[in-house]
Amino acid sequence: MSGKAIKIHNLGKEYRIGERIKYNTLRDSLALVMSNAYKGLTSRIKRNSGVADSMNGSKQGAGLMQNPRIKSNHGAPNYIWSLRNVSFDVAHGEIIGIIGRNGAGKSTLLKIISGITEPTEGRIDIYGRIGSLLEVGTGFHPELTGRENIFLNGAILGMKKREIERKFDEIVNFSGIDRFLDTPVKFYSSGMRVRLGFSIAAHLEPEILLLDEVLAVGDAAFQKKCLGKIDNIASSEGRTVLFISHDLAAIQSLCQRTILLEDGRVAADGPTKEIVDQYLSTMSSIEEVPLEERTDIDTSSDRSVIATFLKIENFETGKPITPTSRIILKIGYRSEDPVRNLIIQMKIRDFQTNQVITTLDSENSGGISEILPREGAIACITDKTFMTCGRCKVDLQFYTGTQRTYKLENAGFFNIEDEIVHCTSNISRYYGSYFLKHKWLFENS
Amino acid sequence: MQKTKATSRIIDPQHADSKMAVDPEDRKAFAVREPQMGISLRLRELYEYHELIYFLIWRDLKVRYKQTALGVAWAILQPFLMMVVFTLIFGRFAKVPSDGVPYPIFSFVALLPWQLFANALSNSSNSLVNNSNLITKVYFPRMILPLSSVIGGLVDFFLAFLVLSGMMIYYGVTPTSAALTLPLFILLALATSFAVSLWLSALNVQYRDVRYTIPFLTQFWLFLTPIAYPTSIVPEKWRLIYGLNPMAGVVEGFRWALIGTSSLDWHVITASVTIVVALLVGGLVYFRRKEKIFADII
Repeated sequence: MSGKAIKIHNLGKEYRIGERIKYNTLRDSLALVMSNAYKGLTSRIKRNSGVADSMNGSKQGAGLMQNPRIKSNHGAPNYIWSLRNVSFDVAHGEIIGIIGRNGAGKSTLLKIISGITEPTEGRIDIYGRIGSLLEVGTGFHPELTGRENIFLNGAILGMKKREIERKFDEIVNFSGIDRFLDTPVKFYSSGMRVRLGFSIAAHLEPEILLLDEVLAVGDAAFQKKCLGKIDNIASSEGRTVLFISHDLAAIQSLCQRTILLEDGRVAADGPTKEIVDQYLSTMSSIEEVPLEERTDIDTSSDRSVIATFLKIENFETGKPITPTSRIILKIGYRSEDPVRNLIIQMKIRDFQTNQVITTLDSENSGGISEILPREGAIACITDKTFMTCGRCKVDLQFYTGTQRTYKLENAGFFNIEDEIVHCTSNISRYYGSYFLKHKWLFENS
Repeated sequence: MQKTKATSRIIDPQHADSKMAVDPEDRKAFAVREPQMGISLRLRELYEYHELIYFLIWRDLKVRYKQTALGVAWAILQPFLMMVVFTLIFGRFAKVPSDGVPYPIFSFVALLPWQLFANALSNSSNSLVNNSNLITKVYFPRMILPLSSVIGGLVDFFLAFLVLSGMMIYYGVTPTSAALTLPLFILLALATSFAVSLWLSALNVQYRDVRYTIPFLTQFWLFLTPIAYPTSIVPEKWRLIYGLNPMAGVVEGFRWALIGTSSLDWHVITASVTIVVALLVGGLVYFRRKEKIFADII
């Protein structure tokens, strides 16, 4: 088998912002129809009512701009291109890594290739049976046993019943959960679920395999096993793999070619080493992450202080964050009223396990003045963190007194890159969240 | 170690490209993803996924059996208790005519397809929303979800059918050769259920109001269907309009096939079949048009 496996030409996908969270209810649709009809009616009346109104037309226009509904109905800001002008080819047997920041369009790309969602423009030709694994254990039913879920999940992923029966023992062996095969999955630990889910997926036999961040879960040993399996699938069985991951080490060990997506475009495409280096160099000068349009914000009232952006970078601007860096976290905020007694709390969590590594709390450390202007930015500067290498996420919360007024999980992300500390290279999270500086001495007893 | 691994299977992209040049560009693609303009029903694809339909039905049955104390007994209890109430209220007290058949049989024959329909309605209208995790993470023809909910109802149907057989023996009602046409009416019941399900499930993705209208809709529909009463009490001139409720045709057909009441009212049947075909085709087209955005808005 030679030639192309996937041919992507000028692909684009446009999303409506907020649509995914806000359901249309019939009432909203009806209300919209009514209000449009009313607007039509009133504007007609106004038009007929004479010259006076047409003279201050500009004033009316300004009024329209302030009405959020009208703005959201006619304005372009309501639509964003999650992907635009994406073109590349994948040859048979290639393992391609896809990297990029959150929201760069990586997952959307895989969703379009796998057929889950339709592109807005462009075209993809696919030469071969596709299997996708965008989530481990999709469709597991908690009430069903491990055995039953193997069949269910296999069927959902596109396996035939015969195929599952043939590979059943292999799947069970790989997952290492044979003792719990007849236990309902609801009693499984999350690690066991992941192992079972991956084992099923690893035994799929599509010609083209799409993987999305599936290794971000599970313990280190199992992750290693998974990487080995993917490597095996691709190299010995000659299959094509598209692999999205934030785990640059995994990308580097698996893929010869990597594509970097940035704001829905292919920013770079080439040998993995070069692309990863390029990505890391942009990572260190992280831009501000805008937060206002996030749909998962939890606020106590409409007049709460809200965050406008979050920017996390090395205190020495321009350098990647490493265990010995000082970090600066800058939060933009905005409020209707002057801000009093604002307390900011940021939980830094491990990206994979979700465990809290540390919390930065302005109440404990002080330093934010009691009264702040309505708009501005507050920076939090840390000492050398000695946090171990890996990806972190940041949850952001605002308090006024004891009441929480704003909460946004996963507000920002940052990587702590590999660095030689204390002659030890690669202090991974496996050792813990912190690297504690220490020395060893010999003492006579 | 990792390095040696990587170099051992390096594929020179240029080399791969030059191979492509030899390869004719227009090799037929296995699948194409592009914005779909026209409507293609792609019914063959449904068949290709028949094993998934089977597993989804199997899942729903298994789960229901595990979660409920009475399990499968519900399939029999529900229509049976309804029959008892109907017999008491309509048969005994209100003295509703039952075309000369014992009232329990008369109503139970009608309750069978009705249960199939009502269950299909409530299960399938939520089928897409309840499986949103599948829809956003895996590709398969979305139609499979409402379809498997409808077909899954057949299991309950056949269990209740056993009860009916027992009752018919008890009351000494023997079916005629007309009973051979029963599969056609079961098919009509399924088609009706599927047609309505296609509309409701797709609508429910966009308008969550749908799920709240289902109980009301089902009740409303129950009275418009000749379950507690015979079609014969509907005035002749209204029959055609009455038949626009496809379930009227289904129930009429069931009664005719199993207990041979009167002759088949062709007005009702024709109207029902026509409306089901229209609903089904419309539902398929509507569903196909809407399914493109399911993953984005669910």
